[in-house]
Amino acid sequence: MAKDQLMDYQKALDAYEVVIGLEVHVELNTNTKMFCGCANVFGDEPNTNVCPNCLGFPGAMPAVNGKAIENSIKIGLALDCQIAATGRFARKNYFYPDLAKNFQTSQYDEPIAFEGTIDIEVPSGKVFTVAIERAHMEEDAGKLTHVGGSTGRIQGAEFSLVDFNRAGVPLVEIVTKPIYGAGDEAPELAAAYVRSIREIVKNLGVSDARMERGNVRCDANVSIRPKGQEKLGTRTETKNVNSLRSIERAVKYEIQRQAHLLSQGTAIIQETRHWHEDRGATSSGRPKSDADDYRYFPEPDLVPIQPSKEWIEQLRATLPEKPAIRRKRLQELWVFSDLEFRDVVNSDLLDEIDDTVKAGAKPQAARKWWTGELARIANSEDKDIAELSITPTQVAQIAALVESGKLTDRLAREVLTCVLAGEGNPEEIVAKRGLEVVSDDGALLAAIDQVLSEQPDVLEKIREGKLQAAGAVIGAVMKAMAGSADAARVRELVIQRANEL
Amino acid sequence: MSVLNKSAHELASMLVSKEISSVELTRAQLDNIDKLNPRLNSYLTVTHELALTQARQVDELRAKGEKLSALAGVPIAVKDNLTTIGIETTAGSKILQGWVPPYNATVVEKILSHRMPILGKTNLDEFAMGSSTENSAYGPSLNPWDLARTPGGSGGGSSSAVASMQAPLALGSDTGGSIRFPAAVTGTVGVKPTYGAVSRYGLIALGSSLDQIGPVTRNVLDAAMLHDVIAGHDDMDATSLAESLGSMTEAAKNDSVKGLKVGIIKELTGEGFQAGVSERFQEALELLVAAGAEIVEVSCPSFQYAIAAYYLIQPAEASSNLARFDSVRFGLRVMPEGAATVEKVMAATREAGFGAEVKRRIILGTYALSSGYYDAYYGSAQKVRTLIQADLAKAFEKADVLVSPTAPTTAFLLGEKQEDPLAMYLNDIATIPANLAGIPGMSLPVGLASEDNLPVGAQFLAPARQDARLYKVGAVLEKLLENKWSKSMLDFAPKLEVN
Ligand SMILES: [Zn+2]
Repeated sequence: MAKDQLMDYQKALDAYEVVIGLEVHVELNTNTKMFCGCANVFGDEPNTNVCPNCLGFPGAMPAVNGKAIENSIKIGLALDCQIAATGRFARKNYFYPDLAKNFQTSQYDEPIAFEGTIDIEVPSGKVFTVAIERAHMEEDAGKLTHVGGSTGRIQGAEFSLVDFNRAGVPLVEIVTKPIYGAGDEAPELAAAYVRSIREIVKNLGVSDARMERGNVRCDANVSIRPKGQEKLGTRTETKNVNSLRSIERAVKYEIQRQAHLLSQGTAIIQETRHWHEDRGATSSGRPKSDADDYRYFPEPDLVPIQPSKEWIEQLRATLPEKPAIRRKRLQELWVFSDLEFRDVVNSDLLDEIDDTVKAGAKPQAARKWWTGELARIANSEDKDIAELSITPTQVAQIAALVESGKLTDRLAREVLTCVLAGEGNPEEIVAKRGLEVVSDDGALLAAIDQVLSEQPDVLEKIREGKLQAAGAVIGAVMKAMAGSADAARVRELVIQRANEL
Repeated sequence: MSVLNKSAHELASMLVSKEISSVELTRAQLDNIDKLNPRLNSYLTVTHELALTQARQVDELRAKGEKLSALAGVPIAVKDNLTTIGIETTAGSKILQGWVPPYNATVVEKILSHRMPILGKTNLDEFAMGSSTENSAYGPSLNPWDLARTPGGSGGGSSSAVASMQAPLALGSDTGGSIRFPAAVTGTVGVKPTYGAVSRYGLIALGSSLDQIGPVTRNVLDAAMLHDVIAGHDDMDATSLAESLGSMTEAAKNDSVKGLKVGIIKELTGEGFQAGVSERFQEALELLVAAGAEIVEVSCPSFQYAIAAYYLIQPAEASSNLARFDSVRFGLRVMPEGAATVEKVMAATREAGFGAEVKRRIILGTYALSSGYYDAYYGSAQKVRTLIQADLAKAFEKADVLVSPTAPTTAFLLGEKQEDPLAMYLNDIATIPANLAGIPGMSLPVGLASEDNLPVGAQFLAPARQDARLYKVGAVLEKLLENKWSKSMLDFAPKLEVN
C-alpha cells in the first residue's frame, strides 16, 4: 500500500482551518437486546444469544426494550438535549451479511434526543463547548470474522463467519455539530470529547463504556479548508477508532494527509477511512456520498415512542453530576494541584481514584498507586489500566496497610503483584505469605545491637549527634531483616539504642 | 348428510355430545383431502399424523371430563405464510422450500392451545402477492365451483379447501383483500379484522402496515368463533391493540337489523361491476331493508387513488420485508458460476428463488423508496391513505356499516389475467381501502350471478375496533338469504367429479 504523504502538522495548521465532527456509538448494557429478549452479553459462545427476531427469520417481529429507551433518554438529558415528545423508528435498508434483516432499525429523522451541548476541557486547560446535533437509538449488527486471509480482513479471506450475538444490541449514536476553531488542539479535543462521553455513560450506569470491547466506538469526521475560505472542505470519516490515543492520532493524521493533498492541488475524496493502529495511518475504505441511498422509511412494525413529560422529569432527577462539575468538586475535595489533577484526567483514572478514595484511601495515596505503580505495570504489559485485575477497593486496602505501618512500600508493591496475579485480597496475601512488617522490636533490637557492635566508629558518631551517620546502620539492619522492617522505626530504634549502649 | 358438510359450530356441538370424536372427524377430513387435494391443490402440506395426534389428545382430555374451549377438536387449515413449528412453511415461494420454522405464529399457538388439530398448510400466491394463487411457486389452487377458475388470491388455498369440504375452518391473511376476495369467489365467509386486533407475529410479512390475519369459514357464526380464538393483545407484536374488542360469537347471535344504517359506497357500485354481481348485491340490500335496515348513500372520492397508493405502499414495505431472504441464515442458497462472493450468492439465490411478481414488486417498492422519489411516491401514497381514512370517517358519521360488492366480477378463469398485472390489481378495488384505513371488513356470499352461476360476495365494512358490527349484520343477512334459498350457499355448489 502506497504510503500517504503528510504535511508538517504546524505548517498544515498555519495554512488550513480544521473542522471536525464526531459520531460516537455507545453500546447500552441493558440485560436484553433492543428488540427481543435475548441476553446482551459480551464474550459468549457465538450464536448462543439469538432468536427468530435478531436472526431476522420470516414472521418475527420487534418489541422495543423499555430500559433501552430509558437509558437513551438519560444520555440525552446528560448532554443537555431536548427529548422528543414522539419518535419513530425507521428502517435503514442495505444488504450486508452481518445485518440479519438486511435493514437496520434506527431512529433516522426522529431522534429521541436533539440539540444539546457539552463543555470539554482539553489538556491545555482550555474549554470548548461542543454542540450536540442528536442522540438516536439503533440496533447493532452481528460480528463478522474473516477466516483464511493473512490480515483478518475480508480481502483474501477464504470464508467468513457471522456471530449474531451482537445483532440487536442497543446502541445510542451521539452526533456532534461541526466543531470549528479547535486549531492545533482538534486532535486533543476529539479525544477529550470521547473521554467525556465515556465518563458520562459510565457514571449513568447505562454502558460498560469499555472501548477495547467496542462498547464505545468513534467515527471521526475531518475536513480542512484554506484559512479565510467560507466553503467547507470535503470530509473523510475515519471509522471505529477504538482508543482515545488512536482518536487523537487519527485526527492529526487526517489533517496532515489532507493538507498535503490540498497543497498539491489534489481534491479530497469523500470516503470512509480505516485507522490502522500498528502503522499509525488511515487507509481508504469505500467511497461515501451523501447520495448513499438507504431507502429510509418509518418502521411499520413499531409504534412511535412517546415518553411522557413526567417520566422525563423523573429521569432528569436521577442524573449524576456533570463531568465538568464533578471534576471541579473532586479536585477541591482531594486538594490536587492543577498538574496532578490534569495528569489524573488525561490518564483516564478519575473513576479509579474516586472509587479508591471512596473505599477509604487517602487521595494522594490513591493517586500515587494508580498513576505510578499500576500505570507502570499496565504500560509494561501493554494493557489498558482498566484491564488489570485489581479493584479500587483492593488498592485502598493496600494503601491502608501502608498507612498503618503494616507494609513498607516495597512489601506493598509485592502484595500488589500478588493481587494482580489473582492470589486474593491484600490481607489474605499478607497473612499467607508472611509479608507483614516485623513490628516485634525484640528481633529488630537484636539486629541493631549486632550491627552497632560491628561498627563502633559509627556508633560514636551517632552518640555525638551526627545522625546522618545512622544511614549505614539502618541499611545494614534492613538487609539483615530481609526488608521486612519499617525503615522509620529502625531509624528511631538505632538512635535510641546508640544512646543506651 | 356427511360430517364433512357440517359447519364448525355444528361439529363443535357433536364433539361435546360425543356423537363423534375428533379423531373420526379429523380422519374424515384427511380422507377427503387425500381425495380432492391432488386435483384442487388447496394444500401445500398435509399433516396427517400431527392432526390425528392432536385429535387423539383432545378426545382423551374430553373423556377425562376436562373443560375444553368451544372449538376444541374441530380441525383447521392454516395458510402457508404462518409459521408452524416442525411443519414446512414456504409462503408459496421456492426460496423457502423445505424451511421448517423453529417457532409458531401467535395465531398458531392460539389454535393449538384451543386444541384444534392442524390439517395442513394451504396454498397462496408467492408471499401473498396476487389475487388468484397463480403466482404460487407450487401451482395454482382450483375453484371447486369451476375447476377452470381461480379460487381467488392470495388465500385461494384456504378458500378452496373450505369451499370443497377439505376443512371446516381455515386461517388466512389479508393485505389488500387476500381473505375477502377468495371468500367472495368461492361462496365462503372471510373476515379481515381491525388492524392490530390479531397478532401478526409469525405471519411472513408482505405489507406490515396492511397485513391482518383472519378467519375463512362457511358461515358467519363459525367465523365469529374462530375470530374469538385468534384475537387479542400480544406482546410479540408492537402494533397489536391493547384492548379487547369483545365477543364476536355473541355479536353473531344477533337477529335484528332494525334501524341499522347501511351506507352504500357510491364509488363502488354500478359501472365496472359485472351485471350478475350488481343484481345479487341489490337483492341482498332489499332483504336488509325489508328487515328494517335503512339504506344511505355515502361517497368516498379518494377511493379512486386507493389502488395506486396501495401499489406503492405495499411493494415498498415488501421490498424491505423480503430483504432477509438472502441465503445466509435459512432457506434456499444458490451458488453462482465462478468465484462466489456473498453479494453474488445473495443475487443468484434471489434470482432463482423469487418468482416474477415478487421481483416486480421488489423493484417497484425499491424505486418508490429511493431518495429523490420518496416524496413523490411513498410520501404521496401515505397522504392518500390519510385522505381515505378521512373519507371513511365521514361516511361512518352517516352509516353504521358500509357495503359494496366484494369484487367487480365472479371468479375469473385461470390464465385470464396472468399476463396483465394491472387488470389483476384492479380486482382489489373494493377490498384495498379497508387495509389502507386499518378497518375491519367481511365478505359474505349473497348468491350466484345469473350469467355464470358463480358465487357473488357482498362486503361489509365497519369503523376500526367495531368488528362486532360486521358479525351483527352478517348473521342477519345470512339468515335472510338462507331462508330465501331454504339451503346454505355451498349447497348450490356442483358435486366435485375428481378421479
Ligand atoms: Zn433475539
